[in-house]
Amino acid sequence: MSAPVIFDRSREEIEEEANGDVFDIEIGVSDPEKVGDGMNAYMAYRVTTKTSLSMFSKSEFSVKRRFSDFLGLHSKLASKYLHVGYIVPPAPEKSIVGMTKVKVGKEDSSSTEFVEKRRAALERYLQRTVKHPTLLQDPDLRQFLESSELPRAVNTQALSGAGILRMVNKAADAVNKMTIKMNESDAWFEEKQQQFENLDQQLRKLHASVEALVCHRKELSANTAAFAKSAAMLGNSEDHTALSRALSQLAEVEEKIDQLHQEQAFADFYMFSELLSDYIRLIAAVKGVFDHRMKCWQKWEDAQLTLLKKRETEAKMMVANKPDKIQQAKNEIREWEAKVQQGERDFEQISKTIRKEVGRFEKERVKDFKTVIIKYLESLVQTQQQLIKYWEAFLPEAKAIA
Amino acid sequence: MEGRQEAGKESKSCLPHFAQMEFSVVRQHEEFIWLHDAYVENEEYAGLIIPPAPPRPDFEASREKLQKLGEGDSSITREEFAKMKQELEAEYLAIFKKTVAMHEVFLQRLAAHPTLRRDHNFFVFLEYGQDLSVRGKNRKELLGGFLRNIVKSADEALITSMSGLKEVDDFFEHERTFLLEYHTRIRDACLRADRVMHSHKCLADDFIPLSAALNSLGTQEVNQLKTSFLKLAELFERLRKLEGRVASDEDLKLSDMLRYYMRDSQAAKDLLYRRLRALADYENANKALDKARTRNREVRTAESHQQQCCQRFERLSDSAKQELMDFKSRRVSSFRKNLIELAELELKHAKASTLLLRNTLVALKGEP
Repeated sequence: MSAPVIFDRSREEIEEEANGDVFDIEIGVSDPEKVGDGMNAYMAYRVTTKTSLSMFSKSEFSVKRRFSDFLGLHSKLASKYLHVGYIVPPAPEKSIVGMTKVKVGKEDSSSTEFVEKRRAALERYLQRTVKHPTLLQDPDLRQFLESSELPRAVNTQALSGAGILRMVNKAADAVNKMTIKMNESDAWFEEKQQQFENLDQQLRKLHASVEALVCHRKELSANTAAFAKSAAMLGNSEDHTALSRALSQLAEVEEKIDQLHQEQAFADFYMFSELLSDYIRLIAAVKGVFDHRMKCWQKWEDAQLTLLKKRETEAKMMVANKPDKIQQAKNEIREWEAKVQQGERDFEQISKTIRKEVGRFEKERVKDFKTVIIKYLESLVQTQQQLIKYWEAFLPEAKAIA
Repeated sequence: MEGRQEAGKESKSCLPHFAQMEFSVVRQHEEFIWLHDAYVENEEYAGLIIPPAPPRPDFEASREKLQKLGEGDSSITREEFAKMKQELEAEYLAIFKKTVAMHEVFLQRLAAHPTLRRDHNFFVFLEYGQDLSVRGKNRKELLGGFLRNIVKSADEALITSMSGLKEVDDFFEHERTFLLEYHTRIRDACLRADRVMHSHKCLADDFIPLSAALNSLGTQEVNQLKTSFLKLAELFERLRKLEGRVASDEDLKLSDMLRYYMRDSQAAKDLLYRRLRALADYENANKALDKARTRNREVRTAESHQQQCCQRFERLSDSAKQELMDFKSRRVSSFRKNLIELAELELKHAKASTLLLRNTLVALKGEP
């Protein structure tokens, strides 16, 4: 059971004109297929790339990947780019419960739903990743998209690589936040951090209310179906012919409306709810990048402090008149002067990168939301139009009761 | 709003009995029940379908919601709280209005019935300026009511299994099988319609926090999404009202109609019971007469008793036939009216929603 075609996200959105770059690349994730049996079973997804970019050897190609491959890709990209300020899109979450059901072979609607949810999430993940001009150039990404064989990502067994990274970073951060009193010379960063903090809170609230909406719409669908059945039964009992027929028609209308509610619930979820949960995780990545900048600053600070200490040591040795110790101190001073310079360069670089990244991110965000909002509203319009059709067809039947 | 229902009534009457042409009194729910029970217990009306008594107002669900709202969820904004409170107040008002309407329908049916409208208790109910002093049932009456329910269950068995009674009339045989099935199915349909209505209400209520969250987002944004979010917030607020109307229209035109005919079909079943009991009495009287004749004792008494039973049974059958045909035509016309109105209202709301959505889309697409 996949989301109805009318509600699929358009592939054409991939065309981007940020900073004059035009990326002609489309990614699709499809055809989930169960491989193997029992607890060792896994789902394989087809990843199809269509592109005119010259860095790829072909213009259209596809490979089979499993979920842990995606996590492996993310962990590689994160380890290379996060700490220098790039906002690396996070991979979809692992789900032990969901996956176990699939492995155990439950062919019910909840496991098909789970697989579809995951497939869509993986597709969005790749689409976001290739939209990033720097990440697109990365050889690991190219290998992921192109090569028929991929070395098995091992560090995703217990936790996803990103998960481990997050855990380690969180621990470090917890300690550092207590002690980093960064001298923020640039108000822009403080402002932006606050903004993202607020955005995070607001998106979470919105997400919670959309989840409630999805839930209630599903309930409405189930209740409508139940009512349709009882209306049909009532129609069968009714001994007045015309009324009996009208009641059967009513039952049919309600059945169709139940279908409508189901489709709308899909749209509620795949368009609206998933967009929000993607952005909640993206903002976590943004916050991570700001944290890295703070650590970078801390490193620079520490280097400056160490340099100071080394200079003090040198002075002390000069007073004490210990020529060989003086030489050692001079060497160390040179070493730490270099480190301080590097620290300053790194800090300036990461600050520059983050400014650019945040600009790009915000542009993407605006486009993303606007596109999805319009699509979602169009889905709502379609539902209402169908309702009109169904009730208009029913009205003459009701009037025909003599 | 508490459980005791007070309904002021105005009656315009052309019946010769009434002293004035227009008058009004105040009656409580218990007094309506008293009137209904008085009709049911009256042997003269045994051959008629007694209009079902109006239900007590049911504020239970709303009361629960109010309590939850009072307990307070610190994460909701003042605006959300105000909206939820407003919603609840509207709900209370709607339930109250509905219940008053149902009490009115009860009296209107009585007034429309050629026989029932001439009942003395009815006049008293409509006219007597003071409190009818209908006290709550005492223990004896409650017990009586309890026993009557047992008898009723026995009647139910009677009507379902016929326990040896020979039904001579095809019409009544058909009505019996029809009503038994119909009543069960309409009760089912009514319950499920209620659940659909409830889901619509939940959906409408969901739009409150949704709209509030979009509003907060819009207020905080500094880019082009500001207008998008704010417009969406407004859209969902309007959609909420429409969804609420869909819920209440389905309630009135579908749920309530089904509920009414569930009760009315029960009243029709009660009529069939009474007729079958009369038939049983008649058969027993026949047997008693035969016995008396063979023994040649108290033949005269047995004869007159048998004649009485026969007349009663035939009187009931005749009037029941008419009543059941009236029931059918009443049912058909009521379903017709309500289904037409339901379809028209659904169309109205769907069209309004479409317009709203389209306008918002135009506004959003027009943004840079």
